Formats: sequence, C-alpha cells, structure tokens
Amino acid sequence: MIAFVIRRLLQGVVVMLVVGFIAFSLFNFVGDPVALMLPPEATQADRQAMRESLGLDRPFMVQFATFVGHAVQGNFGISLRLGRPVSALLAERLPATLELAIVAAALALLVGIPMGVYTGLKRNAWFSRFLLTASLIGVSLPTFLIGIFLILIFAVWLGWLPSFGRGDTVMVGPWSTGLLTASGLKALILPSITLGLFQLTLIMRLVRAEMLEVLRTDYIKFARARGLTNRAIHFGHALRNTLVPVITITGLQLGAIIAFAIITETVFQWPGMGLLFIQAVQFADIPVMAAYLCLIGFIFVVINLAVDLLYYFVDPRLRIDRAQAGGH
Amino acid sequence: MLLRRLAALSLLACLPALALGAGPRVLRYASQDDPQTLDPHAANLLSSSRVTANLYEALVWRDKDWKIIPWLATSWSRPDARTWRFRLREGVKFHDGAELTADDVVFSAQRALAPLSQMRVALQGVEKAVKVDRLTVDLKMAEPNPALLAHLTQFRIMNKAWAEKHGATRPQDFKAGEDAYAARHADGTGAFMLKERSPDVRTVLVRHRDWWGTKAGVDEGNLDEVVMLPIKSNATRLAALLSGEADLVIDPPTQDVARLRASPGLKVTEGGELRVQYIAFDTFRSDLLYGKAGGRNPFQDERVRRAVAHAIDAEAIRVKVMRGLSRPVGSLLVPGVQGYAADADKRLPYDREKAKRLLAEAGYPNGFEVTLDAGNIQPAADIAQAVAAMLSQVGIRTRTNIMPQPTYFPKIEKYDTSFYVLSWGAGVTADSLYTLQALLHTPGKDGEGDFNMGRWSDARMDAILDRLKREADTAKRDALAREAQLRMAEALPIVTIHQPLIPWAMRKNVSAQVTPVNTVYFYRVRMQ
Repeated sequence: MIAFVIRRLLQGVVVMLVVGFIAFSLFNFVGDPVALMLPPEATQADRQAMRESLGLDRPFMVQFATFVGHAVQGNFGISLRLGRPVSALLAERLPATLELAIVAAALALLVGIPMGVYTGLKRNAWFSRFLLTASLIGVSLPTFLIGIFLILIFAVWLGWLPSFGRGDTVMVGPWSTGLLTASGLKALILPSITLGLFQLTLIMRLVRAEMLEVLRTDYIKFARARGLTNRAIHFGHALRNTLVPVITITGLQLGAIIAFAIITETVFQWPGMGLLFIQAVQFADIPVMAAYLCLIGFIFVVINLAVDLLYYFVDPRLRIDRAQAGGH
Repeated sequence: MLLRRLAALSLLACLPALALGAGPRVLRYASQDDPQTLDPHAANLLSSSRVTANLYEALVWRDKDWKIIPWLATSWSRPDARTWRFRLREGVKFHDGAELTADDVVFSAQRALAPLSQMRVALQGVEKAVKVDRLTVDLKMAEPNPALLAHLTQFRIMNKAWAEKHGATRPQDFKAGEDAYAARHADGTGAFMLKERSPDVRTVLVRHRDWWGTKAGVDEGNLDEVVMLPIKSNATRLAALLSGEADLVIDPPTQDVARLRASPGLKVTEGGELRVQYIAFDTFRSDLLYGKAGGRNPFQDERVRRAVAHAIDAEAIRVKVMRGLSRPVGSLLVPGVQGYAADADKRLPYDREKAKRLLAEAGYPNGFEVTLDAGNIQPAADIAQAVAAMLSQVGIRTRTNIMPQPTYFPKIEKYDTSFYVLSWGAGVTADSLYTLQALLHTPGKDGEGDFNMGRWSDARMDAILDRLKREADTAKRDALAREAQLRMAEALPIVTIHQPLIPWAMRKNVSAQVTPVNTVYFYRVRMQ
C-alpha cells in the first residue's frame, strides 16, 4: 500500500518534470517578455540591458536547469509582469480558483444527480425530454458564450448579480474567502454556473444512463418482487450502484474544472490562477506560466492518485487481488 | 414666523448634511490593464503611469491644453548654461503628512537616474540634482536638453524619509527577487492616496485631504474615492458599464462605441491621442527580404513609396476600420506636440491611377509581391489587412503577416522586415525631437533612429535633426521641426495613416475630458 503510493508519487514527479520541460520549450516561441516590459518607445540598449538582467540571454538548458533547481525548493522565481515571487502569487490566487471549482463541482453533483435520477426514472415525461434537450446546450455551447449570456441576462438586463469580480472577501488565516460575505456569494453564482454547467450535464447524462442500466438488472426486479417501496429501490439500491462511476468521473473532472477555470475566470475577471495564467501568456511571463503548468500537473497527479486509492477502498476485489499477489 | 425661519434655517443647515448623506462620491473606473507596479521609477508603461500620475507629482505639469505649467515648482531659471534652478512650492504635503523639501527632489532624481530605473528618460540630459536651500534645487546638465521641461512632467517625486524607512531607495529590481515595497505602496504628493492595492482585482485611491492643489485652486474635481477595476474581457467590461457596476470605461472596443452612445444613461467623449499609426519600408537592403520583385528592392525607389501613399485610402480606413474614431494625418507630429506645423500635415491624395503610373515609371508595370508585418493588437492588425487590400488593387500584391506582439517587436527590432505597420506615441514628452529623432534619423549609437526599422538614411534629414537637437530657442526649433516634416513628406520613408481618437464611455453623471495620453487625472473628474 505505502509502496504503491510512493511509486505513484515518483511517477508524478516524472510527469511534472516532463510537463515543466515541454512548457519551458514552448516558451521559446511565445516571444520576448522584454518587448512588453518596456514601452514600445524604449531604446535597444535598454532592451538588451533588461534581457541580461533577467537572465534571458542564457542558453535554454541553463535556464531550465536553474528553474528546476529552484522549483524543487519551492521557489518559482519572480513574475516578470508583477515583479513578485511566483509562489506568493499562486498562493494568493489558489483560494479563488479552488472555491470556484469546488462550488462548481458541488453544483454539478447536487443538481446533476437528482436530474439524472429523474430523467432515468421518468423517461417519457415531458420534463425529462426538456432537461435532456436543455442539457445539449450545456454540452455544446462554449463556456465563454454561456458566461456572456448569463452576464447579459442577470447583470445587464435584470441587474440581480454582479457581472465580474469576486465581491468582498474575508481573510481566514492565509485563505481569502468569498463564501462568508453576501456580495462574495452573489459574485460566485454566475461563474460557478458557467464553469459547472458542462459537468452538470455530463453527470446528469451519466447518472441517467447508469440508472437505466441498473434498473434492468435482476436484483432490482428481485427487490420489486420483495415488495419494497419505490423510494427504497430507487435510492437505496439503484442510485447507490450508479455512484461508483460517478465518483470516478467527478474526481477526474475536478482536475479539469480547475484547469479549465481559465476561460471562466477571464470572462468574469475572477482573480484566480487561470486569470493569472492568461495574463502571463499575453505577457510572456515565463516563470508564472511554468509554475502554473507544473501546479496543474501536480493537481492532476494528486487527483489521479486519490481516485486510484478510492477504487482500492470501494472495490473489495482489488484489495484481495493485491493481498494474494503479495509480492511486495 | 420665527419658528418658520428657524425651520428654514435648519433645513438649510441640513442641506450639506443631506449631500453628505448621499455618501462619498466614488468613481468606479474600468480598463483592461492592471498596473504592473506602483513604483514611479521602475516601469515606463502606460498601465502603471495611469495610477502613479494620480499618486505622485512632478515639478512641472500640463494643463488641459497640454501646455506646460508650474506644479511642485513655482518658478525656474537658468543661472548658467549647465544649470536649471527650480523653486519649490511652499507647504506641499506628502500623503503621510511630511512636507516636500529639496531633499526629496534630490533623492527622487537619484532614484530615477539609478541603473534599475526605466524612467531615466524623464531626466534626459540631467547629470544630478543638487540642493541649494530648503526649497531650491538645481538640476546639473551633462548635455543640453532643449525639451527638459517636457521630460520633467514625467519625473515623479517620492518622499525620501518614507522610502528610506521602508528600504525602497532603489527602483524595483526584477532580478533581485525581493518583493519591492514601493511596487505596492505609495507616498507622493498627488491629489489621491493609495488605500488598497490588489493586483488584478482592484486598486483603490482616496482623496488626499491635504493636497496643496485645493488651496492653489487647481483642483477641478470632486471625487472622494476612485476604485480602479481591471476587467480584461471586452464584453464583461462593457457589461459592467451597462449594468451600473462601473462609471467610466477608458477603452471600450471601437465597434461598440456607436451602441454605447445610443444607450440611455451613458455618454461617450472623445479626443485625439498623441499617437500616429503608420507604415514604413525597408529602404536599406538592395533586395526585398520578404517578397518578389525581380531581385530588386522597389522600396528604395521614392516613386514606389509615393505610389503606396497614393494607393492608401485613409478616409476609408477611418470609416470602416476605425468607425470614425481617427483623423487621417500627413505628419508624424500631431496637434499638441511641440513643433507641429499645420502646413506640413498634408497627405498625398488617394489616387489609384496615379499610383499605377508611378509604379510603371519606377519599372514595375506589373507590380510586385511583398509581405506586410504587423502585431496582433488592434487596430494595427485590421489596418494591415485594409492596407494590403488597397495595395493589391494597384498591383502591389501584399500578404499580411500578423503575429503576437511579443514576437513582433523582437523581429522588427532586428530589422527582420520589408514592410511593417507600427504606431508611435509622442505623449511622454510631446516634443518634436523625441519623435523625429527616433523615427527618421539614421540609426546610430546614442538612440538616434532607434525606431527607424527600415534604416532609411538621409543626409539632409540627419543635418536638420542634429541642429534641432542643439537648438534651444523654441521658435527656431519649431522651424527646424517643420523643415524635417516637409522633408519626410517629400521622401516618404514612412507613410502616415491616422491619429487615433480615444473614446471614453461613462455614465451621464460623470464628466471627464479625454487626455492626449489616454490617462484619467482624477483631480479633474467630477461626478454629480
């Protein structure tokens, strides 16, 4: 068990090194940050001096080695755009992104599962058909368009919700949270719907398909024969058995939500890591881009590990197999 | 009767209280950029100076008509050829309450001249600042700078004691890796003080109650607080304005300006930016680097350059690309820049037949092929497309190569181009030499021709500019600048297109006048 975790962690380190290397190689093509750090009217001598002071004149491998050496110590260097340590910047932005991602994921689960159950049970009801058709919108419309529609309807026309930003935030230790203020909660509504909509429809369709599958099985028929209530059959027996794949998908999608928050954060000027990353790309802010990509890589590695471990606990057969193999 | 009078009096007494009861006047300002740093000497970028210009002040400043006026200095003189002597205003307070003295000016000059400073241009030609007495400072010149006062409008004064106390005596160093104090805090003499700075979220400024300008009568605004909001996405920024979450947007996308004008509760004001959009030619190589013209470089021929100028319909670009928000120009200098001459500001008329004739005369009756480079920022990319179409109509088959700004600049900086679109802002100094020397002088060691990417070299132009550089008399300088503009219009190493007009969209209760450098000076903004 411990050996398994350690092996996965070591694999994670390799994954992250590769991510870092690819990211770093790509950065050779994003252009010259100096062009944006100085005004267009700056002299060429100024540009050269700036390039040297940032170490951008050194060979690629030297820059990469320095980056890795520092990154191991948790030091990702200084943002070229903001002139502050990248680790501090990411730490500041992490709460905003995580709160948004978790609320979006919670929304997807809390709305998606009941909707999936409903459409699975009442296959032919008009409301089920409506939900299924509507869910196509969530699957097919790009995130930024959904965000802009929501802004247009709820901020511009109705004036109920803010169109951008995070509202007021409160510091809880080092964590800045918008969950404790009214304006922070209001500001969370539109971006979390935008971000969670795709996952919501995905989960709904997944639960529906699983429900249809499970309801056909023998043990459900047997349960009905035993005279159990519909409620006990649907929620006690059927739903529980559909949740295993849902947990897996949700875990993997959480990583995707965090990574794809970039678009939602840009549309809503949500001050999270995605917005930081987008601005870093436009500015060719190499340290921020590298650190962000490594962090996202790390998050995926951790989530994958957690999902693997969940399997391990949820599915007893896996445990028995390993115990019998016993080679380590 | 008495009671009624008392009631009336108390009502009157209540009026100011009612006005106060309406709450402080808070302007919510939105633009797409967030300042990189608040250090007034670390970065020479518009996004930063839009904030620092409200926090810090300079010895001299500009009025509404962009003329130089006394500011922290009340008067100045030239005791000898190498010295400018400034008399500081009495009773100017920094945000922390300290009084402005000559020591702060000497310190700020050291800081702005430090190797890490990106604002050395604000003290161009200055060797050092020397204290004479408590309120008198001398600037010692290493070399003459006839436009020194214009440069000094960008030289911002910081509190010496404050900077020393917080270890911020040098401009922010991107290499040293330390979080610079002055990048996120400020102590200047400006009309507004920094209250909160959250990068990419908001920057909040509050009125400096002890600002000298209020007593001196230069305070034209009535804002109590300004919340500067960076909103990157164009659609969201406009949504914030339409939904009432922002009061002033300084960079609405041009295609939405007409719609904003028609929106109830909003208005759009516009003004000319001190900027010229232009295209320029590689006149250096004898062969065309990007294109096909039979082993020759057609752009070395003046007739071809004239043909290009005749083929471009700047009016169509104004209407179609800029949606009316530009003014076609024939000179690199625009009104408001010292040295602008109306009679030198003439475009060659749009005339396709003449363009074709000139091409045939130059030996290209069937035209040639060339690639036009441009950055992917607007409106440069759209202008490049429009120009390419117009040139193709006269036989110059033009392909556009539009690339991200961070790749575009290093490329043209290496002269790796045959034909390119660029814009030049004269706002820093608003002086003729600054623009003409950078764009039209033969590239040299001391920053001459630094933006002459086509490496045009003309002995007559160089001679005019070298005289302009040494001349101190304003009238003579203006005459030389006019001569240089006429020479450019004749030789056309650069074809100017237009001066952009800046639209500011705001709620009807806000009054703000567009400034030529696209910066809001909050002490001039009023809200009802």
